[in-house]
Amino acid sequence: MSQEKKDALNYHCLVFCVDGQEFAIDILKVQEIREYQPVNVTRVAHMPPYIQGLINLRGQIIPIIDLRIKLRVSEVAYTSQTVVIILGLSDRIVGIVVDSVSNVELIAKNTIEPPPNVNNPAAYLIGLTTYKDQLLQIVDVEKLIDHEHWTLSDISQEA
Amino acid sequence: MSSPDLSEFHDTFFDEAQELLQGMEQTLLSLDPESPDHESLNAIFRCAHSIKGGAAAFGVFDDLVSTTHKLENILDLVRNGKMPLTHEAISVFLKAKDVLWDLVQAYREQQAPSGESAQALLAMLQQLGEAKQPEKKPGTVTAAEEASQVIETARKQETKPEENTENTPDIVIPDGEKLLKVTLTDVSEKDRLSLHNEMGIMGTHIRQSNSGNEYYYWISSALPPEDIIAVCCFVIDEAQIKVEEDVLAAPETATQSSVATPVTSAPTQEASLVAQAQAKPASGANNSQNEPIPSLAAGNAVAATTPAATPETTLTAKTVSEAPVKQPQPKTAAANKESGTIRVPIQKVDQLVNQVGEMVINQSILMQANQSLDPIAHASLIQDIEHMGSALRTMQEAIMTLRMMPMDYAFGRFPRLVRETAGKLGKQIELVTKGGGTELDKGLIERMIDPLTHLIRNSIDHGIEMPDLRMAADKDPLGKITISAQHQGGRIIIEVIDDGAGMDREKLINKAIEKGLPASHNMTDDQAFMLIFEAGFSTAEKVTDVSGRGVGMDVVKRNIQELGGLTQIESEKGKGTTIRISLPLTLAIMDGMTVQSGNERFVLSLSHIVECLQPTADQLRMLEENKALLLLRGEHLPIINLWEIFSIPDTERDLEKSIIAVLQVGKSRYALAVDQLLGQHQVVVKNLETHFKRVPCVSGATILGDGSVALILDAAAILEQNKVGLAAYGSGFNTPVLQQERV
Repeated sequence: MSQEKKDALNYHCLVFCVDGQEFAIDILKVQEIREYQPVNVTRVAHMPPYIQGLINLRGQIIPIIDLRIKLRVSEVAYTSQTVVIILGLSDRIVGIVVDSVSNVELIAKNTIEPPPNVNNPAAYLIGLTTYKDQLLQIVDVEKLIDHEHWTLSDISQEA
Repeated sequence: MSSPDLSEFHDTFFDEAQELLQGMEQTLLSLDPESPDHESLNAIFRCAHSIKGGAAAFGVFDDLVSTTHKLENILDLVRNGKMPLTHEAISVFLKAKDVLWDLVQAYREQQAPSGESAQALLAMLQQLGEAKQPEKKPGTVTAAEEASQVIETARKQETKPEENTENTPDIVIPDGEKLLKVTLTDVSEKDRLSLHNEMGIMGTHIRQSNSGNEYYYWISSALPPEDIIAVCCFVIDEAQIKVEEDVLAAPETATQSSVATPVTSAPTQEASLVAQAQAKPASGANNSQNEPIPSLAAGNAVAATTPAATPETTLTAKTVSEAPVKQPQPKTAAANKESGTIRVPIQKVDQLVNQVGEMVINQSILMQANQSLDPIAHASLIQDIEHMGSALRTMQEAIMTLRMMPMDYAFGRFPRLVRETAGKLGKQIELVTKGGGTELDKGLIERMIDPLTHLIRNSIDHGIEMPDLRMAADKDPLGKITISAQHQGGRIIIEVIDDGAGMDREKLINKAIEKGLPASHNMTDDQAFMLIFEAGFSTAEKVTDVSGRGVGMDVVKRNIQELGGLTQIESEKGKGTTIRISLPLTLAIMDGMTVQSGNERFVLSLSHIVECLQPTADQLRMLEENKALLLLRGEHLPIINLWEIFSIPDTERDLEKSIIAVLQVGKSRYALAVDQLLGQHQVVVKNLETHFKRVPCVSGATILGDGSVALILDAAAILEQNKVGLAAYGSGFNTPVLQQERV
């Protein structure tokens, strides 16, 4: 099977773990994975709590989002496993903090189910699949860290 | 036309065309109609010619080609002394520049250009071309003015393009060009259209007609007939085409097409047909003269029948540059050509600026590491790093100059503005520019154009009096507005000076009170003058279309503040007003003071810091919890706590133990309490806008010497945010400021 055909049938993704749940994001959006040291982060006041602050990534100033706070995980711990995934999005670079990164996976597209048709499905959810007997949520990372929510007007609602 | 995809070169062409137009406007404004400098005329002609050439090469900007071509024809007449250069002609040329600019802009935005304004311009140019004889000048003026109004309305309305731009009758057949009749036989509609475009490039369409399976084109071209046949043979067979010279004297065909057709045997009909085509400026032309070229007859008829009008009133404004006007401009142009320039996209330069910024940061990281080394064991290493540092700094400065442009880039627009605004108001104003060579960051200059335009308009409208009033006040009826730019310290000072009526302090204060603005009769002069920058403030008795709506000046102030600039007004009643703007040289790099509060570090722009001090108990006046005033040399300054703004934990809450930085924003001063000062650095300003829409009280971020990120404080925004709270301080806030502006 040619590479193109493989790509057409499979979804190449990075699997990471937040609060015991597995998430998958498009591998092409991932620039690098780094160890996370909260000490090096410069806090930005008046921002929603999930925006941890700014770091200097080889001369570029990039914001760090703690995805766990964004996904409303109750207790956030920073351990040696805690990593930051640096995402290279179309117009900017952003780092997201997750509990751990598990693997890079090829997921057959025909095993992906659409999000459940409930009243209020999360907008960032692309689909669901099972992975190593666990539920894997495939998410649109751009929607997950939606730019629109980073404005002042939203802080009152978020915080 | 099937041509290779040239669209990637379009942007370059647009840039070039707009640059040429800009140059054309400047040269036009410096022209003296009494004794036009031949070299300047040539330069203007070359501009039009280059644009035409460029546009024709792409083959998709037909409107641009036809318009520039006509402009070129008229310019050629002027250049060869066949037509006198009048003020009106210059006005028409200036209008032409506007129309061309709009066309280029429209093409750039991939919109259909407004054909109406181009049409009106063509008609106007035609009028001009026909008014070769000086005695017919007055008539032409009115016609030209009417046409110019048509252009104005057309430009405003942005109407749909008219299809038949090419069909506008053209009568001027320039020297070296011949009138050719092209006959096409048995040509398909598709081929005919592509040939039609081809011919528009090779020459100028005069008119066209058809009969049966034959199409006739009359074009004016410098090319020999063989060349035209050769070009057309790319599309059709040689047997299908016939080219003859000068067929106007012997026309033969019937008039079946809707466009004007050449029937010289019936000049009257022809003349009125043509007159309809250019009906906007030419009303009621039905004169029949037996001229060989009918539309010329129509034009002359208009010129002869329109009542005379005196054009002199609109021409009171004139432009004076610091250097004598008649200094040969071409010399500098030639010098530029020799030195050679390359066109580099601004992003590349920005990238370079950023990267060298990174290197400077890395260098300071190295320098810090250096300090922990044993100075004897590593003497040469330490020295090398220091050398590298100085080389880097030189390089950084050199790269920064790449972004610099002379202020003339902005100043060049104002002669036109003054000329037109003054003309509208019936005032006589001369504009003097000084220090146009002063260099400033391109981004800054661009963002200064609007504020400066407002200020100059304001000076023309409110500053300079009407000529009779000036005479009565024993002043030269010719008012004078000076704009100047100069370096002063690390900043650039731009001044707009008028010798008009000056500001009336009492009138300003009364007006402000009437409008419900915070003002009192105890204000200092400075404070009273600054009232003009308040939103909703206008002292104009009546609203004109020039100014007086009370919007604008507050926008001016805000724009200048956003650029880190300070505004100051000096005015003397009866003598005039000076508005002084002080700007940082660049936005990308600034001198900053790093301060610490709790565990967090911030950078303050050095340009805002007046002084730093540790307050003593008797300098502090506690008002309530966390609110205090600083008594500094008889002045009460409100104290703003940095930890309060950014809710920083674990900070020094005892003001006596903290450090106070006295900051000046415009005319206001306040004290900012921080824990510690860490030192002065040059920092590279990074924008946060890609990540956050707006961070309150922060203007950007930077990377410090140790590689960590620090936020840059926005002194003006901090003041703004705390203003509500500060109102409670009463008199403490609006205290007198330093007489000498800190630069």
